[in-house]
Amino acid sequence: MSSATFGQVKTNERVTVNKKSPLGEIIHTILAVIILIIFLGVPFWLLIVTAGKSQAEAISPNMSLPSHWQLLENFKTVLIDGKMIQAFFGSVIVTVPSVLLTLICGSMAAWILARRTTKPMAIVYALSISGLILPPAVVTVMMLLKIIGLSGTAPGMVGVYVGIYLSTVIFFVTGFIRTIPVSLEEAARIDGAGPARIFFTIILPLLGPTLATATILVTLYIWNDVFYSLFILSGKMNLLPLNLYNVASAGLYLNNWHLIFAYIILMSLPLLAIFAFTQSKIISGITGGAVK
Amino acid sequence: MAKPTSTSRHTILIKQNYPLRFLIPAIAFLLVFFFIPTVLNFIYAFTNWSAFSKTISFNGFDNFITLFTSGTLLRDLRITLLYAIFVGIFQNVFGLALAVFLEKDTFINRLSRVLFFVPVIMSALAVGYIWQAILKSDGALNQILSAFSGHTVEIAWLGNINWTLLIVASIHGWKWMGLAMLIYLAGLKTIDPDVIEAATIDGASGSQLFWKIKFPLLAPAFTFNVATSLLGSMNGFDIVQATTQGGPGGSTEILNIFIWRTFGQGLYSQSTTMSLVLFVMVMIIAVPVIYLLRRREAKIL
Repeated sequence: MSSATFGQVKTNERVTVNKKSPLGEIIHTILAVIILIIFLGVPFWLLIVTAGKSQAEAISPNMSLPSHWQLLENFKTVLIDGKMIQAFFGSVIVTVPSVLLTLICGSMAAWILARRTTKPMAIVYALSISGLILPPAVVTVMMLLKIIGLSGTAPGMVGVYVGIYLSTVIFFVTGFIRTIPVSLEEAARIDGAGPARIFFTIILPLLGPTLATATILVTLYIWNDVFYSLFILSGKMNLLPLNLYNVASAGLYLNNWHLIFAYIILMSLPLLAIFAFTQSKIISGITGGAVK
Repeated sequence: MAKPTSTSRHTILIKQNYPLRFLIPAIAFLLVFFFIPTVLNFIYAFTNWSAFSKTISFNGFDNFITLFTSGTLLRDLRITLLYAIFVGIFQNVFGLALAVFLEKDTFINRLSRVLFFVPVIMSALAVGYIWQAILKSDGALNQILSAFSGHTVEIAWLGNINWTLLIVASIHGWKWMGLAMLIYLAGLKTIDPDVIEAATIDGASGSQLFWKIKFPLLAPAFTFNVATSLLGSMNGFDIVQATTQGGPGGSTEILNIFIWRTFGQGLYSQSTTMSLVLFVMVMIIAVPVIYLLRRREAKIL
């Protein structure tokens, strides 16, 4: 394999059909650049220039450069008024345990579901992955959390996310474990290893690529979710998307595009930074793991 | 006493080696946070639960009748279904077109793939606000069009009761096309180059090559992308909320927008009823679609 580069996908290197002429290459490159400018350049240019403007200039968003850049002042305003620091830690406190619990509980269950192939287990499996398709009952889950005293709290939010995304992990991991030969486990079993040791020392390490794909998808969904957190947290916790919603819907900030966009840039930075450093792994992880 | 047969010993071994206690944490989470709320959803949809009455009592099909006679039920169902179809089309057409266009591993193609993935990792709410700023009547797009056409353009992209739904669905497609592109790319990379070579030697044209060979072989990627785009859009909320909030005149009010709006008004039972409607709708539409797509895969591969 060549060294990791932009968005490289494992490929059959000997595709030589339809080899393009140098002229074709140039036209292709020009086309690609035009598509990039129209589909990504325009929205992101607007995002950045508007975030650097004053309120008066940003009132009707346009593509022109700000007469003078006040990006940092706008960042400071939203950091304080949008409670971004608390929101960042709120998002971390909710997302990290949700993802970890989903992965661990999901993989453990998937191991059993993949290896025990009786009729009742098939039914349990079908029920466990039903959440892949069925929408969560968001109103009654909020009521249930109120009854058990977890509404508006991080543990309640974590529970809801784990309940929603376990199906995704169980589905991916069960499919993968079925391809791992049982003989790998049997060698350790003869040496006297119990189920816990076999799972954590043999199965779990093999799940790397599948869990990586699941982690990416589940993290994206949870970190960016606003629908479920609107119901569950009802304003009692600061999360990044929730505070964006509040900043953008509050009468005080209505049409304050410079602040909304400054907020969007800041809130997107953590995931963008992670993505920038891991993009080749993320892209090959998704392309390798999702469709088998 | 019968001797333990080899199958029963096998069963005992399976039970020892794969203990059910490993299932407990997952089952517990699913039960408390997924299945019990779903069951409650079926119960509370038939009550008068609201912020305005202290007691909760059953009222039969009253909620359904209210929603049906006001026209909201059928309108929101129709809008959600149309939204899902439009998103399914946009996300897959954009994604497949990008995958085919960026298939070769050149520098510009790899760079483009990475950049098209940026909207995927952004919050859908943020994406919605960006596009609202572009599409509002004094927004960026109309200003660009004005500059090119030489006269003032004031198209209400987000204010038309007939086709704003289409615009919002295309924003949804834009947000997720990077993921669809990657899945299709992965599919394209698994196609055996010998097959393509053989077809080329047999004189297949470019479009024949694509529609008769490549596209059918992309069946698993197609299933995944159609399923995720349908499910994602039927469960959609953020992008619609950020661009139109269900307007104008309720013409983009998908079910989750209604659920959030009536919940905010304290009409919990109506909200719950619509949540049940969404549940049933997904069952009726997504399950058969996914079944058919899987069968199509099995036939092709």
